[in-house]
Amino acid sequence: MLKLSHVSKHFGGLAVLQDVSFEVPAGSVFGLIGPNGAGKTTVFNLITGLLAPTGGEIALAGKSLLGMAPHRITRLGLGRTFQNIRIFKEMSLLDNVIVGMHAHLDYGLPAWLLSLPGFRAQERRARDRATELLSWVGLDSNAADLADNLSYGDQRKLELARALATEPKLLLLDEPVAGMNASEKVELLTQVRTIAQRGYTIFMIEHDMRFVMGLCEQIAVLNFGRVIAQGTPDQIRCDPQVIEAYLGRDDDAPAHEGAP
Amino acid sequence: MMTFENFWQIYSNLVLTVGVNALLALSIWLTLSCGLLAMANAAFMGIGAYTASLLTMNVGAPFPVALAGGIAAPTLVALLIGGPTLRLSGVYLAMATLGFGEVVRVLILNAESLTGGALGLNGIPQLTQWWHVLVAVIVVLLLLWRLRRSRIGRAFEAIREDTVAASLMGIGAMAHKMLAFALGAGIAGLAGALNAHLTFFIGPSEFGFDRGVDILTMTILGGTGGLTGPVLGALIITLLPELLRSFKDFRTLLNGAILVLIVLFLPKGLWDPQRFKGWFARAPRAGARSPRAGSPPPLPPAPQPASGGPR
Repeated sequence: MLKLSHVSKHFGGLAVLQDVSFEVPAGSVFGLIGPNGAGKTTVFNLITGLLAPTGGEIALAGKSLLGMAPHRITRLGLGRTFQNIRIFKEMSLLDNVIVGMHAHLDYGLPAWLLSLPGFRAQERRARDRATELLSWVGLDSNAADLADNLSYGDQRKLELARALATEPKLLLLDEPVAGMNASEKVELLTQVRTIAQRGYTIFMIEHDMRFVMGLCEQIAVLNFGRVIAQGTPDQIRCDPQVIEAYLGRDDDAPAHEGAP
Repeated sequence: MMTFENFWQIYSNLVLTVGVNALLALSIWLTLSCGLLAMANAAFMGIGAYTASLLTMNVGAPFPVALAGGIAAPTLVALLIGGPTLRLSGVYLAMATLGFGEVVRVLILNAESLTGGALGLNGIPQLTQWWHVLVAVIVVLLLLWRLRRSRIGRAFEAIREDTVAASLMGIGAMAHKMLAFALGAGIAGLAGALNAHLTFFIGPSEFGFDRGVDILTMTILGGTGGLTGPVLGALIITLLPELLRSFKDFRTLLNGAILVLIVLFLPKGLWDPQRFKGWFARAPRAGARSPRAGSPPPLPPAPQPASGGPR
């Protein structure tokens, strides 16, 4: 579904990503992990078009995303949440989600100007769909509230519902459980799992190992801008390079090759 | 009836100015609702005023054509300068648009053969009837009211709150900003065209920095949260100098002071539905003490309850 080939990104002389290649298969739950500053969020920013890669190729379902404006990429079927939550705080929960449907509301000037039946029907359908999406994350009971009044965990869930409203084929989640408490994490785990079962392909960045290992079928590990390992959760758990990246190397032990 | 006729004879100009100012306040509200601090509306008003006046005076065009020209010319200019300027945000956009306003003023000043230069245009036929202004205000209000309830209005709001997040919702931020800017320019141009055919005379100094600040003051004072705010702000800013006639020399000073006070104590303006909701939530207790406390007072309350908004 999503394919990155030899992607690199430099900020001036600083090489943030180098030769990053991996593929997110359709229908899977894919995880990208790595220590802080490894370049994970940069990968998302490149995919969603907020940054342009220095080199390489990014393609969604065979179509290149390079040089495309973010809103066009979204319309191709790519939804995203942010590590530092970016909901519309002064809007109601319902409006937040309906904004996500922007590209799917298709009515012209006379329709909204004169409130023609076509406009009203589409708006009603959007509201119904938004309420349904809010119910997926358990926020439908207070849909009219201002988003600013939500707790941190609920704001993340709202962002998830809003991303789903863009009708993505591929959903990018940037640290979905960051800052959540244990019970909220468990709740979100089941919600993401049900969303995956509904046929969405999910690609997430996450630090919480239990969450990643419990959800993802495939994991890529990024360290210092390079993919150092890729495989199933079990393979990743035992990979010596991954262990080294996360836990450091024992200087007394004989050094092995490949460490940057 | 007699009293009304008397009133109208004395105050018709003032009432119609309220209408023109309401249009101007709504024109800048449009860009503000998109999160853009664009200060070019006075210049757009000037372009509209000069275009329409020259059409009626030099070409002899009928009034509707002149009005259409007064709307079209600033809209086109907005589309032209919107490309480079709307990439800017915050104060940088304000500076760029203020600079544009100065350019327009200097151009009008120097194109003497066409615009009369510093002497302005004299003897513009008084074609604006009271109902022209009324219809213009109502049509613009209806248009903006419907716009707010459509996907475009929601997109404006989303762009204002977080442009990056909005673009990742599939909203073309640049196109929407351009729409708000151009539509606002058209409305300001309409106000200018109507005003020019009301006052006999227009000059370049009318459309300078002071006017731009006036327009912004009206909208900020009234509140940017809805359409009521700008209209209310226009009403107050237009009537205030008349009510404070004895302070006339201090008019600009007062405007500035009011803007500062509003920003300090009522950051969302006078008309803030959220704050009114807060009052109604507390109404039962207030009602127990005084049976007449049901309706909210028209003037701003003491600053304390204003800070009680959601955090």
